[in-house]
Amino acid sequence: MKTTLAALLATCAAMPALAAGEIWVTNEKDDTVSVIDVGTLEVVRTIETGERPRGITFSKDFSKLYICASDSDTVQVMDPETGEILYDLPSGEDPEQFVLHPDDRHLYIANEDDAITTVVDTETRQVVAQIDVGIEPEGMAVNKSGSVAITTSETTNMAHWIDTETHELFANTLVDSRPRHAEFIKDDGELWVSAEIGGTISVFETEGQTEIAKIDFEIDGMHPDRVQPVGFEFTEDEKTAFVALGPSNHVAVVNADTYEVEDYILVGRRVWHMAFSPDKSLLFTTNGVSGDVTVIDVESREPIKSIKVGRFPWGAAMRPTTSG
Amino acid sequence: MLIRLLVVSLAMLAVTPAQPQTKLDIPVIYLRQEVPAPPVLSNLDPIPEDRGIAGAELGLTDNLTTGRFMGHDYKLDLITVPQDGDLRGAAVDALGRSRLLIVDAPAEDLLMIADLPAAEGALIFNAAAPEPVLRGAECRANVFHSLPSLAMRTDALMQFLQKRRWDDLVMVAGVYAVDDAYADALATSATKFGLTVRERKDWVFDADMRRNASQEVPLFTQDFGEYDLLLVADETRDFCRYLAYNTWEARPVAGSEGLEPVTWAPVVEQWGAAQLQNRFRDQAGRSMASRDYAAWAAMRAIGEAVTRTTAADAATLRDFMLSDQFELAGFKGRPLSFRTWNGQLRQPIPLVTRSALVAQAPLEGFLHPVTELDTLGADAPETDCTAFTE
Repeated sequence: MKTTLAALLATCAAMPALAAGEIWVTNEKDDTVSVIDVGTLEVVRTIETGERPRGITFSKDFSKLYICASDSDTVQVMDPETGEILYDLPSGEDPEQFVLHPDDRHLYIANEDDAITTVVDTETRQVVAQIDVGIEPEGMAVNKSGSVAITTSETTNMAHWIDTETHELFANTLVDSRPRHAEFIKDDGELWVSAEIGGTISVFETEGQTEIAKIDFEIDGMHPDRVQPVGFEFTEDEKTAFVALGPSNHVAVVNADTYEVEDYILVGRRVWHMAFSPDKSLLFTTNGVSGDVTVIDVESREPIKSIKVGRFPWGAAMRPTTSG
Repeated sequence: MLIRLLVVSLAMLAVTPAQPQTKLDIPVIYLRQEVPAPPVLSNLDPIPEDRGIAGAELGLTDNLTTGRFMGHDYKLDLITVPQDGDLRGAAVDALGRSRLLIVDAPAEDLLMIADLPAAEGALIFNAAAPEPVLRGAECRANVFHSLPSLAMRTDALMQFLQKRRWDDLVMVAGVYAVDDAYADALATSATKFGLTVRERKDWVFDADMRRNASQEVPLFTQDFGEYDLLLVADETRDFCRYLAYNTWEARPVAGSEGLEPVTWAPVVEQWGAAQLQNRFRDQAGRSMASRDYAAWAAMRAIGEAVTRTTAADAATLRDFMLSDQFELAGFKGRPLSFRTWNGQLRQPIPLVTRSALVAQAPLEGFLHPVTELDTLGADAPETDCTAFTE
């Protein structure tokens, strides 16, 4: 306890005032969002949402919060200052995960029960397109230039490449079982896709959509079946990836240049997704089964605190605040 | 003989897949032998007409979705043979049309089909017969099992009882052969995990019964004396529902009623299972049961092997399914694969009540040098199946 506190105090002291911010976490089985203050590492607000909130993301200026309320079949738009739901967006059925296009206007939404990706214009609040993809679409990504969107489908085991101009698929690439999450890095040159049951991350070069690397994970004393990569995030310099490994209760630290795993960090049970603090010095992971958030010190790669949130925390998003 | 062609209408979408395309046709035949269901005291749990079939149909839909990006076209034909029908003739006909069969028939019928000259080199999935002997001495190289064996299920239950230290057990068993088989499996598993089935009584009440079952049960269970848990083997679900709360001693019930080790149940919702349950309910109009899951898993195993090998011939698919490359995402929390020594699909076993998932075996603490999943059912060193090593 003492060491934890000392580490915590050290971390706090080291944090510049600019780094003030909040981590917003969706609690899938509580129908709430927990707001964690990055400075105090305490839950400062708990806000009610629609049913089964999962995906969560902010608009570019952080004035709006988008929440996938899966069982309410809608994407809710919240004023993060007041916690008030401003309006609902049409989303298609069972929206699970989404991504905001770099134009800050279009949401690409995975409709898990319908094998569809829905594109919604957040200004006109209209559905712009619905694209047929594989079964149980989940992972969503858009590249920096905004030209390509990705949907991964869990049961079809593919990454579907969507041309954002035409809203048509131009490629479908097989990955390992149950792909969950996708991210573009290196100036849109690489696409990473995690496969939960396959236990791997596939790395594609985006020009020809060919696989250039496959990352495996191995934890001492843990059967490979339980090592299930789901959500992941990159550091600012894109040199390091942090990968949530589900029921193995660990987060892997991966060198994004060599594709080698450098470290495993023990976190809470069934770790899902994560978000960095504004200055990227802390990483917050959502632990579905233990109902808490683990705070990782990015520099030392050590877990420094567990924060109790609601039941089955799933998504996480960062919002900087000016008050700190 | 009734032959019904399943009409598959999935809108083929104009997509331009970059995945290199190999056009493949994958016809699968679901061959069912109809069997009479014995009369039961209550009709609360009717057996759905399309038990098993609905699972295969969902597997087909799942496969077609992937297939449309790959140029792979799956078909599912259903052949149903009435009780006194010509199963042999139907099987020969089916094997002439497809080398991939899902068989929904009793153990002896399954073996008859597997031993047909026409079945050599075919790949047959057993989605209905739970007998351990089909995975042991009577295993066949051309038969894979997507349904768990009885032993896998009873091992799962005994792991749980062992963990709770409920080690003093008594049992009530019904009069049918399936009850006997289940009772034997329970007793064998109890021994395997160091538990004792101290006494077994057979439920032999016939039509002369003067009182109703619930009035009989306290008297019937009185002479068991002290025990930790009452096992019940009543696979037709004839009387088992009347045991709980009617026993002389206040003790829990497990087996065919109470805490049940099952292949699948509507209460399974973890690990993305809620999505599978929803898709099944949307398509079949009822909830998904164990036999449905087994048929779905067989169909999906075929789909997964075809996708990964871009081949449709039984030999290539069989080799791939037995390799360590094969893994099936079965909504049970970890990848499913086939045991190389007997073709059994290794899988976790949910322990459920009618309203909740209580636990899922293998339970923590039951260790295995290769995979904890092999703590359930016959493991490689103890198998008497030789067909897979020849």
